[in-house]
Amino acid sequence: MKTLVTIFLGVLLWPGPALAETPAECRIAENQIDASFPLLEVTKALAKKRLDILVVGAGSSILPGANGAAQAYPARLQNALTEKLPGVTVKVTTDVKAGRPADVMAVAIKPALAAAKPALMIWQTGTVDAVRSVDPDIFNTSLSSGIGNARAAGADSILMNMQYSPRTESMIALGIYIENMRWVALQHEALLFDRFTIMKLWAELGTFDFYAVTKKLDTAERVHDCIARLLADLIVEAAKPGGQLPLDIR
Amino acid sequence: MKETPRISSAVVAERDLRLDLFRGVALWLIFLDHIPSNAVSWITIRNYGFSDATEIFVFISGFTAAFVYGKAMSERGFVVAAARVWKRAWQIYVAHIFLFAIYLAEIAYIAQSFDNPLYGEEMGILDFLKQPDVTILQALLLKFKPVNMDVLPLYIVLLAWFPPILWLLLRSASLALVASGGLYALMWWFGWNFSSYPSGSWVFNPYAWQLLFVFGAWCALGGAQRLGRWLTSPVVIGFAAVYLLFAFGIALTWHIPRFGIYVPKLVSELIYPIDKINLDVLRIAHFLALAVITMHFVPRNWPALKSRIFWPAIVCGQHSLETFCFGVFLSFAAHFVFTEVSNRIFMQILVSALGIAFMVGAAALLAWYKNIERKGSGQRPPFVQADLAGGGS
Repeated sequence: MKTLVTIFLGVLLWPGPALAETPAECRIAENQIDASFPLLEVTKALAKKRLDILVVGAGSSILPGANGAAQAYPARLQNALTEKLPGVTVKVTTDVKAGRPADVMAVAIKPALAAAKPALMIWQTGTVDAVRSVDPDIFNTSLSSGIGNARAAGADSILMNMQYSPRTESMIALGIYIENMRWVALQHEALLFDRFTIMKLWAELGTFDFYAVTKKLDTAERVHDCIARLLADLIVEAAKPGGQLPLDIR
Repeated sequence: MKETPRISSAVVAERDLRLDLFRGVALWLIFLDHIPSNAVSWITIRNYGFSDATEIFVFISGFTAAFVYGKAMSERGFVVAAARVWKRAWQIYVAHIFLFAIYLAEIAYIAQSFDNPLYGEEMGILDFLKQPDVTILQALLLKFKPVNMDVLPLYIVLLAWFPPILWLLLRSASLALVASGGLYALMWWFGWNFSSYPSGSWVFNPYAWQLLFVFGAWCALGGAQRLGRWLTSPVVIGFAAVYLLFAFGIALTWHIPRFGIYVPKLVSELIYPIDKINLDVLRIAHFLALAVITMHFVPRNWPALKSRIFWPAIVCGQHSLETFCFGVFLSFAAHFVFTEVSNRIFMQILVSALGIAFMVGAAALLAWYKNIERKGSGQRPPFVQADLAGGGS
């Protein structure tokens, strides 16, 4: 009897193949993924079975150490998308350099786009601007020009906002930059990957401890892995052919 | 507010307790909003509309400043009143620098203890510790302002400008208000603001926020009486209620982004971004609507204003500078508790409640001090008492 119950429970708790794709700890934040606008260029690229993505980012798109680039979310995104999109060749190139505010990146975007010819640009920004309290108007203009350049080069855009960092929360005023990123994304019908809210939710639910003082990379790597998987979910969902209305996506 | 006495009249009317009440509540809300990641801040008004506690604080500060210093100016002349306004500005400057020292202590501590490979970029905020010569000088010049320490510099500038504005208000109140509105319009047209260090500009643009301060002062000097007929008109109250509902609906889409699709593109293009730095017109309108509705439900002679229930908020509002500064300190301390002890939801509620209790306790202590001081020097001239009533802050 005992064995039967164990087997029964085992069957109940056995994760199905679909669930195994994304670890439970990431999935908690799944409903923060908001595919309100279709990624039309990505849809086209998927039809041709080749998806090139350019990640433009600053210090939080890379992890420290010799292996930092391979462990960070852009490399993990390539793996996650390759897994999710059988038969499609996925290539993620990066233009990542720490300490760059949005206006510096906006300038770097044009040559990076020309070199990578992506169907999608993922732009992680905002932290450096908030740290240096850059004028929000300059921040907005830079975001708009970067998205405009991507569009001109035939690429969709996803903006990725800041990390949730509870220890520095009373020192860096993120609020106004978060609001501006949301607004610029909406204005240009670009997608926003709300990393801040996602990480905050993980913190509230105890998925990750962001207060921890550590030199070890294990939590940081798991966080980047989750970000990559949720980002892959967002891209696949927003690129579904047919261009669903926002409400039908859920 | 509409029944506020004319300052020129020799009789000093009883203080409008609603001013103290709402300023006290605003101070509590500012405290709650200043604690990062605080679940209790869900109750504050910024989540339910366009304006927040800052508008209430600035407006009431303008009102009480005109009430106290306007009386001094009409009785004792421009020079005496101006000297007292500037003395107050100096006190606020000293308070601001004191808070900056506490901030430095907190950030230096965190710089020593903070290490996490995830947050290499965020650590950039600690860079300024590497060049204290520049940073501290910029802080003394009010150009380097840590997070949540922007209200006092705004207030210092508003008071520094106040004597000539008050002079004009006492001669031609409407002209002063028009001038203030003109400055606000010019600010939008030319993009004026004060510059900040290391980059950017002031979080509360003094060229913009002066409008609310001067409007408060204008109301104190008879403007509210002139508006009285409008404020009680059912049409105005109806409009205010509709506008508050509209703002509430929009605010809902900030918390539940999926509702965003119900906002027509035309509307969102028209209203966004709702600019806090430059005091967006939508924010002013929201504050005014809130004020109209509040005055409708809370009349000046409402008996409950004298009851013990409202005393904690009123006593905080009567010592607003001290309570505000203490609140900024307490919000640092609360964040410190979240970081070093626990940030469980129970702790957040406890820390928020304790913080407000401390604010009330400190204000009560100050009230007691003032009381014994006043008894100790009975022959003081009456104008000093007006200042002691806490109006200037």
